[in-house]
Amino acid sequence: MQIHDNPALKAEARNLNFYYGEAKALKGINMPIYDKKVTALIGPSGCGKSTYLRSFNRMHDLYPGNRYEGEIRFFPDNTNLLSPEVDPIEVRMRVGMVFQKPNPFPKSIYENVAYGLRVRGENNKRVLDDKVEHALKGGALWDEVKDRLNELASNLSGGQQQRLCIARALATDPELLLFDEPTSALDPIATAAIEELVHELKKRVTILIVTHNMQQAARVSDYTAYMFLGEMIEFGKTDEIFLKPKDKRTEDYITGRMG
Amino acid sequence: MNDSAHLSSQFDEDLSRLRTHVLQMGGLVETQVSAAIDAYSTGEVSSVKHIVETDRRINDLEIAIDDDCAHIIAKRQPAASDLRLVFGISKIVTDLERAGDEAKKIAKGVRRIYEAGQVPSQFGIGVRHIAEAALHMVRDALDAFARLDVEQAHRVINADANVDVEFKSIVRQLITHMMEDPRTITTSIDIIWIARAVERIGDHAKNIAEHVVFIVEGRDIRHPPKEQKA
Repeated sequence: MQIHDNPALKAEARNLNFYYGEAKALKGINMPIYDKKVTALIGPSGCGKSTYLRSFNRMHDLYPGNRYEGEIRFFPDNTNLLSPEVDPIEVRMRVGMVFQKPNPFPKSIYENVAYGLRVRGENNKRVLDDKVEHALKGGALWDEVKDRLNELASNLSGGQQQRLCIARALATDPELLLFDEPTSALDPIATAAIEELVHELKKRVTILIVTHNMQQAARVSDYTAYMFLGEMIEFGKTDEIFLKPKDKRTEDYITGRMG
Repeated sequence: MNDSAHLSSQFDEDLSRLRTHVLQMGGLVETQVSAAIDAYSTGEVSSVKHIVETDRRINDLEIAIDDDCAHIIAKRQPAASDLRLVFGISKIVTDLERAGDEAKKIAKGVRRIYEAGQVPSQFGIGVRHIAEAALHMVRDALDAFARLDVEQAHRVINADANVDVEFKSIVRQLITHMMEDPRTITTSIDIIWIARAVERIGDHAKNIAEHVVFIVEGRDIRHPPKEQKA
């Protein structure tokens, strides 16, 4: 695996194993996540890409019986995100997540974005106003909602709701954003808007995205990782993976020779 | 290359049809080059008309294959080896079409020479040898494409240097002729045009071989830096 002119590391999985009870879902994953780049995770259903993604914000901690081995190092401070001493709440402040289906809280647009800040103890109205506006602009939603911030978020369209969720994730200034198939419930126009947004966002935040849409991975990402049966089969520059993958299994997957 | 079948058998059929069409077009070009060279030695000017007409079929095939490539890209979004195959084919047909044009140029040159009452062999300079070499290159390049054989492709690429050398030697000899006897200038220049067309056919065969290497290995070996040239 040779990648020249590597940018700085934002995170790195080191020999990461993950178990759902007895079932080993991730097998010895080693992978760099480069700073302010977009890395796409592709692979067939059940290959472990979502499991891997969720390890980054310790989502698996919510269920008993789940177990991590190995490390996910987070830079520049070289924290092991998986260490039991590290508070998952702290991790989630630094690592935001956007899901497949938009999941706004049953609150106003404003409160959706302000929520994470309030949880952090921020109650100053001026600071909140400021940060909400900034986050909504970051989510490319501000112009569409600035006159109706107090309306219920559920009144927004699906694409807008997804951008609201991105804005909500951005409000706490995360360093890494996780996207779990963020456009699979959206139409092509809303999808294009999100992809455009991802491109904008990587100026300020590192992005890890799981997608079933190969063309989307090719369009939005700088690096691509192909996973299969819990293993990292190939990691490389997106340009190279989609033109000349090194592993036949990667080749078979991206050319539609296997499911 | 990847021999496993796609989940979509329709896609497999599309690609295999595309390859068949390229080989069909290649076969036509081969015949054209060979017919043009025969006309040169036999003086069968009547075959020139046929060569010119057949060139249209080659042009039509180029357009049809390119169109198929565009449709495959639009509908299938090919990636990796599939993408390289489609992209490479689109380039190969350009070279094939141009090689066909060169065959047409040879045929027309032959007609000019014979209609002027000249016989090219009077100069004792054969383009037969260089033409056979170029024809061989075309054949081998198509063969390399059909079997996606990189070694074969490299042999074609290496063969090009000899054709270039031979072309230069023909030009040198003809220049001597022209200096000795200015009445030979018209025919000599026609022969130079023909030799030049043959040399270009070799270049196109080499390009095709380079596209084959790209299709198989994903490496673009065109225009290597000077020190790497063998």
